[in-house]
Formats: sequence, C-alpha cells, structure tokens
Amino acid sequence: MRLTGAQAVWESLVREGVDTAFGISGGTVIHLYHALPEYPIHHVLTRHEQGAAHAADGYARATGKVGVCVATSGPGATNLVTGLATAQMDSSPVVAITGQVGTSVIGTDAFQEVDIVGITQPITKHNYLVTDVADLPEVMKEAFYIARTGRPGPVLVDIARDVQAAELDFVYPDEVNLPGYYLPGDDLAEPLQRVAQMLEEAERPLIVAGHGIIIAGAEDAFLELVEKANVPVITTLLGIGTMPETHRLCLGMAGMHGEAYTNLALSETDLIVSLGSRFDDRLTGKLDQFANGARIVHVDIDPAEIDKSVAVDVAVIGDLGEVLPALLPLIEARDRQPWLERIQEWRDDSASRDIVGQETDELVPQYVVRQIWEATRGEVIVVSDVGQNQMWEAQYFTHHRRRGLLSSGGLGTMGFALPAAIGAQMGRRDEQVWVTVGDGGFQMNIQELATVVQERLPLKIAILNNGYLGMVRQWQQLFFEGRYSGTPLLGPDFAKVAEAYGIAGFTVREKGEVVSAIEQARAIDGPALINFVVEQEENVYPMVAPGAGVKDMIRRPQGMAR
Amino acid sequence: MEKHTLIALMEDKPGVLSRVSSLFRRRNYNIRSLSVGHSETQDISRMTVVVDGDNRVVEQVVKQLGKLINVTEVLDVTDKPAVIRELALVKVKAGAGQRSEIIELAQVFRGRIVDVGPDSMTVEITGGEDRVNSLVSLLRPYGIEELARTGRVAMVRSGNGTNGNYE
Repeated sequence: MRLTGAQAVWESLVREGVDTAFGISGGTVIHLYHALPEYPIHHVLTRHEQGAAHAADGYARATGKVGVCVATSGPGATNLVTGLATAQMDSSPVVAITGQVGTSVIGTDAFQEVDIVGITQPITKHNYLVTDVADLPEVMKEAFYIARTGRPGPVLVDIARDVQAAELDFVYPDEVNLPGYYLPGDDLAEPLQRVAQMLEEAERPLIVAGHGIIIAGAEDAFLELVEKANVPVITTLLGIGTMPETHRLCLGMAGMHGEAYTNLALSETDLIVSLGSRFDDRLTGKLDQFANGARIVHVDIDPAEIDKSVAVDVAVIGDLGEVLPALLPLIEARDRQPWLERIQEWRDDSASRDIVGQETDELVPQYVVRQIWEATRGEVIVVSDVGQNQMWEAQYFTHHRRRGLLSSGGLGTMGFALPAAIGAQMGRRDEQVWVTVGDGGFQMNIQELATVVQERLPLKIAILNNGYLGMVRQWQQLFFEGRYSGTPLLGPDFAKVAEAYGIAGFTVREKGEVVSAIEQARAIDGPALINFVVEQEENVYPMVAPGAGVKDMIRRPQGMAR
Repeated sequence: MEKHTLIALMEDKPGVLSRVSSLFRRRNYNIRSLSVGHSETQDISRMTVVVDGDNRVVEQVVKQLGKLINVTEVLDVTDKPAVIRELALVKVKAGAGQRSEIIELAQVFRGRIVDVGPDSMTVEITGGEDRVNSLVSLLRPYGIEELARTGRVAMVRSGNGTNGNYE
C-alpha cells in the first residue's frame, strides 16, 4: 500500500484501534491534518495542547485504552509537557504525536523548532524522532506496544514535516523487535508461597491497594482475594476504585489526608501486602516511621519500584492480572476478628471526631461533595483536580465503581480535571462525568469549556470556590505563621463565564440551595457548571504534617462548628 | 559510599547516550567515569560506568538503566573477578634534561612514550586506576600540560559468565 507519511500515521492509529485523538493543528502537522479526514478517527480540537495531553490521559484512564494527542512543533510540543509528565507519573498509556521542522533544518533553530525528544526524555516511557519515512510503521507499532504493556506510560513520536509528505510502501509489522524491553515473566511459585504463608501467620495484616490493580484490570481477582483472606484494605489515592468503598473490608484512602483509622491501621499492622502501589511519600509519611515492626510484601510489575523507598521482605515482580489469580488458591481463610474490631473502634472514633456532618449551616465544601454523591449514588465518573478539592472528593465521595475516580496523583497537576474529563467523556459516552475542581485549578485550563461545547459533552462541573489556592493556604495557616502569601485568588463570575460559552451556569452560596442545584445540573441535557461559593478557610483533616510519621496526625480541632 | 563498576550494553542508536546520562543526572546518581564504544555485536554499544553509592543506590541504578528501552543488559561487576583497565595520555613538560628520567618512570609503569616535542613529551599508560594514578602523581612535579583519561573499561574474567549472565 503506497501511503504518505501522514497517511501512514493515521493508518497505524486505526490498526491500533484508535478512534479518537485530541490535538491542535499547526505548521509542522499540516500534512497530518490534511490526511486526517480520510480516516475513521474523531479529532477533538482542544484550546491548548496541555488540554489535549490531559484529555488523552483522561481517555486512557477512563477506558484502559491508549489515549492519543497531537501537537505541532515548538510551542505546541512544549505545551504537551505537563500532560506527559502527569501521564508518566501515574502510568497512563498515552501516545503523543508531534510535528518537527523539516529534516534539512533540524538543529538550526528554525522557526518553531524545539528538541522535544530531548525535553521529554525524562517524562516519557520512551520517545522517537522520525527522520526517515520508512521507519514510521515500525515506530508507531513500538510506540503503542510500549505505551500499553508492562507498566504503561506515555510515548512521544516526533515526526519531521517532510517525512509526513514523503511516500512509503506501508506494511504494518505484526510484532515488535525490542531486545532491551523487559516484561516480567519470572516464576512466581516460590515468592507467592511465601506471601501466602506470611498472610497465614500475620495477626494484623493490611493490604495496600494501588493503581496497578486497576491498570491490570484485576479488580475481580482482587476482591476475591480480599474476601477469602479476610484482610482489611487501605488504598492509595489512585487505588480508589480497586474495590467498593462500601465493602466492610475497605477502609479507604490512607496517607497524608487519610482518615485517622487508616493511618492507625498502618502503624499497627504486622504485615503489609502492597499490590500495585509504589509507596509514594503521600502514603508513607516519614519513611523511618512507616509501618515499624511490619513485614512488607511488595507486588509490582516494575522491578525498579522494589526497595526504592521502602525495604521489603518479599518482592513479587509480575502483572497483577497473573499474580492475583495465582495467589488466590494458596490463601487460607482466617478469622481476624480482634484486628477487625480494633479497626472498627478507631473508625467509630473518627466518625465522631474528624468527619464533617451536617451540623453547620455554613456552606462547607465537604457537604457539597457529599451531596453530589447522594444525588448520584456514586453512579458517575468523577474527575477531581488537585489540592483541597481533590482530598475532599476522596474523603466524602464513597466510590464503589471501577475507574470511577480519575485524578492526577503523582504529579499533582492543577488544571487536570476539566480536560481529563473531556477525554473521559469522549471514551465513555454512556456515563455521567462530574468534574470537581477548585477555583484555582479551574482557571488553569478554563479555555477547555469551548471544547466541551464544541463536542456537545454533557459534563457536570462543580467548582468548590473558596477564593484561595486552598491547600497552600492551609499549609500557610498550619505551618507558616498564617501568612497567606500568594494564595488569595480572584476569580471571575464562573456562572457567567459558563453562560458566555453556552453552558448552563449556577451560583450557590447557601447550603439550602446545594441539593436543588445539583439536581438541576443533572437534569440538563448538556453541560452544566455550578459555582459553589464555599467557606473560605475550611481545612482538610486529618493531616499528616510533611516530614511526620503517619501516626502523628493533625486531627480536626475539637469544639469547632465545622 | 563505595565505587561500583557497571557494564551496560545498549543499542547503537542516536540519542542513547543522552538517555543514559540524563538518567544519571535526574536521579541524582554520582558518576565517577563513563566510557563507551563498540561491543562484539554489531549495533550494540558497550558502556562501562563507575558510580558512587551504597548497594541500595547502585541496585536502583542498575534497575533504572534496565528500564531504558534501548539498554539491553546491565551487569554490576564490582564483586566479580574482572579485568579493569584505563588508558591515560599525559603530556608532560620535558626539556632535554628531563627526558631520560621520564622515559625511565614510564618504563617502570609499563607506559610508552608516544610523542616527543622540543619542550614536552606524551606518555601513554594503560592499567588499573591505581597504576595510572601513581604515574600521574610522579609526573606532576615536571608539570603536566594536558591529561586525558578514558575512565574504566571492564570485562569479567573467563569462567565467570562474560556472556549471557547479565542481570
């Protein structure tokens, strides 16, 4: 088949099962865009390339398929950087295609030239510069293979402008030839036997459930294992959705803003079995105080995660989709009543001390999140942004669905939620998708409201508007003498902004209006935005102070109205 | 902190060395020396790198190197019997009066004189790091004008798995 380089790119995408791509055109991708209408790929024009990268990431997280974004050379390519780093930190499979200046001028500081392969080396799983059209099929095949296999991640393919115009005899390879690409295939019998034995011996075992379970699509086997072993589970932020939070054995998210009982369980456990988590510092707190006295089992697909932060007793390197079914028959059911009862005591205590109920008349953000859950019963996909809104969402929305929460965990990218939700909605047209976002993060990618309208996406957007970069303000209040430097934040009238874009906009200032606003937004056949003007100085509690151990939590001050 | 010697084999493609060096920089690994050239296999380069760190750090270096798609094999040879060599070229100030002394010194270290000029001469020495260090320090009083060292290259001794036994 005789194709141009541009056609070869789209042809490869079609062969990889891609039907949606997010991007912005430009001078060095003009050939690519010229060929696009010949292929069954829906292109979503974002308003900024960062939005395209997050949308591809959100699409990937919501569907488990590879997300694709496209950008031109120079500023188009550099605008992808934050999105690629976000995908890299959270192991999200994304293929980014960028145009590069023509091969004859590469290296001459040509107009809109930038070394995007050099720039993105540390924030992609792998990347390519294509200067010969004959290399395109092989490179595209490898890019998708690398992005989706093993520990997934973003792959960038930079294609010189003239390569897109040149012709080739297109043959798509069936297989890749990557002699240096490692995929785990070790014999797991011995380490899994030890894991089963340790579970059998442990009095107070705890499972840490991470994103790896979701990536592997191993939720069924995971739940079966948890129930058979009768072991309580804490999750990481990205591990939310590995099992229903309504389950008796699921304690929810632990770590810096985990509920007190999750962290107390972490500090008293005698065996941690970590499944697809990388012992991030937001989970562990101060490492030398983490799970003292506990034996640690670490199951991960990436050998480099073993012993990186936490020294482990048993390492199992493998795909959880294979590890969990192999472990299941080795596990014996065991009564853990004393341990489960102890956890329940902490849980009851937390419920009365830390968790915001409905006793205040003020409009607090936790109440808003809870009411979204009440109204939807959790039967939606939530895309949260970063900061206080992200933690309240994680605490007060009881997630029970798979891939029901998408959030930037590792990089903590403000501005992620709106474009990622666009990607999620494109991939899951049958679902209601909610964005929970602060007024700070929302203003970082507010331009994507136009994309929402152009694509007629029925997103529901809840802004928790406290007039601050709230998480930093909270740190300033607690650790920096209350000096609110650089955190007070002016915003526009968000409801009017929404309306200017053609989106239904609401403003809610009173607690009594919350429920009806949510219902109205849900009833609208199209996008809706609610600006919840919430109590400005509400904090996220409990909090493990930076540099402290997880045991030493700052609890909600007693006797406060909220 | 101790010095570890690693051998890495990698595809001979543009940008691979930059991937490796950028990895060392961003993960804050401390490199003593890095030497790279062709291996016995076509299109595969061989790198010897000397890195500072305790066992845990070096284990991370090995694993992170292994994650690079273009790196095909990585081996820590620190505790294996290995031939380790370095080459140095030393251009040392030498008038007619010093030449014979310098030639004698070079001979003691099995070095060779590879260039002689009116006011200087160039000594080539190959050997372990200690031997190179010793000669360099003995030549220093004469005035070293230029010094070029390759850094370590290493090869595991036969019978200890030079092939197919990389981690």
